[in-house]
Amino acid sequence: MDKSKIILCRCEDITLDDVHRLLDEGYTTFEDMKRLLRVGMGPCQATTCGHLIQWQIANYLNQPMEEIKIQKVRPLTTGVTLNQIVEGIKHED
Amino acid sequence: MRINVLIIGGGVSGASIAYHLAKKGIKDIVVVDKSYFTAGATGRCGAGVRQQWATKTNCILAKRSIEFFEKAKEILEYDKDLEFKQEGYLILATTPEEQVQFQKNVQLQNECGIPSRYITKEEALAIVPHLNPDAFLSATFCPTDGHLNPFKMTEAYILAAKKLGVEFRFFEEVKAIITENHQVTQVITTKATYEVNQVVNAAGGYSREIGLMAHVDIPVYSENHEILATEPTEKMQGPMVMSFSKNIYCQQVPHGSFLMGRSDPDVEKNHNTESTWKFLDEMAKTATYILPALGKLRVVRQWGGLYNMSPDRQPILGAVEEMSNFFIACGFSGHGFMFAPITGEVVSDIMCNHPTSIDISELSIQRFKYQTDFHVEKSVV
Repeated sequence: MDKSKIILCRCEDITLDDVHRLLDEGYTTFEDMKRLLRVGMGPCQATTCGHLIQWQIANYLNQPMEEIKIQKVRPLTTGVTLNQIVEGIKHED
Repeated sequence: MRINVLIIGGGVSGASIAYHLAKKGIKDIVVVDKSYFTAGATGRCGAGVRQQWATKTNCILAKRSIEFFEKAKEILEYDKDLEFKQEGYLILATTPEEQVQFQKNVQLQNECGIPSRYITKEEALAIVPHLNPDAFLSATFCPTDGHLNPFKMTEAYILAAKKLGVEFRFFEEVKAIITENHQVTQVITTKATYEVNQVVNAAGGYSREIGLMAHVDIPVYSENHEILATEPTEKMQGPMVMSFSKNIYCQQVPHGSFLMGRSDPDVEKNHNTESTWKFLDEMAKTATYILPALGKLRVVRQWGGLYNMSPDRQPILGAVEEMSNFFIACGFSGHGFMFAPITGEVVSDIMCNHPTSIDISELSIQRFKYQTDFHVEKSVV
């Protein structure tokens, strides 16, 4: 198994190898990884990589998966253009 | 546990102070932070670094910091990319009053050795062609301002400090500070009790609360400032575009996303960092008016972070009269990230009784005791 060819985050092309390397460097929370790898910062907001990385952290720390926190969910739930937002405001008025 | 120096706050300011102290040969330094790596203001900032200020002190702090950023990767021996980009800040003048003020600002900046210049609308449009020509009158531009990745910069300081023996402890919150005869003797956290020789308050949005634990009344408050990020797109904008009167800053980062922020004049003074509809609406209106071409970009995420505001919008650095071993680095008013190098240098100099390389009389907390009339920095969004 070539860990550098297994993609965990499709928004930013982050691999299993990238995640394992950060774990070895001592970064053991999803928020740490988000800041250094951009996982969870893309358009899907960690709906793909969130639980995969949670599982990797749980394995690394030898803790139950439900005890591993995932990322803070932020607005917007889906991409909306700036023009659409401005149009929406006009419609409200 | 007996240690030498405890730094409260592991953001970029605390990490820079830790690095500079360790480089001066100080041993037994511990940095505690109540949350994860760059959870506070550092990791929530707009990632811009600029030297175009309206007070001399801020100009000098910013220039010295940029000079460090230019060599930071080599000095700190950091393997990863700091994503430092010097493509300038373009600051738009939209009123005759701003035009007059900005010419004065440029003169002051030039006297401090900052290569900014006052430019016409046509010159500004040559630098950022997608600007709405009706949205401004003229501009100022400084080509050596730019962008730096806050997470990577902080990690670079932390790794360099660790190599020099500094210990960083995240998820450890300060609960009490014990003082005796105008000195801090102990700091009690959720995980340990530290007997200390010196303590640094670099707690960002919570620096007032940490100050009060040590009976030091720091005249700062915190307020939420929001930012949004768009999807990445092909490179279309080099400089940060900023306007104080229109209340916007907007930059395309090396990753390709645009980051943009504005302040809310009605925001409450507290520690809330939630996202609001109001920000999204106002930001979309302002951005599409000044930079119409950005209207087609999708917003993927928004967040908030704390500005720690001082009365004159300049940082509070250094010693405290009434608490001899307690030192402060706070009140950055939204600009702690870009001032981090000089913060670390100056605060570590003061703690070691070394002469400081710049005049710091305007930065001491003492200025608020004896003065009522401040030179307030107005170049703030």
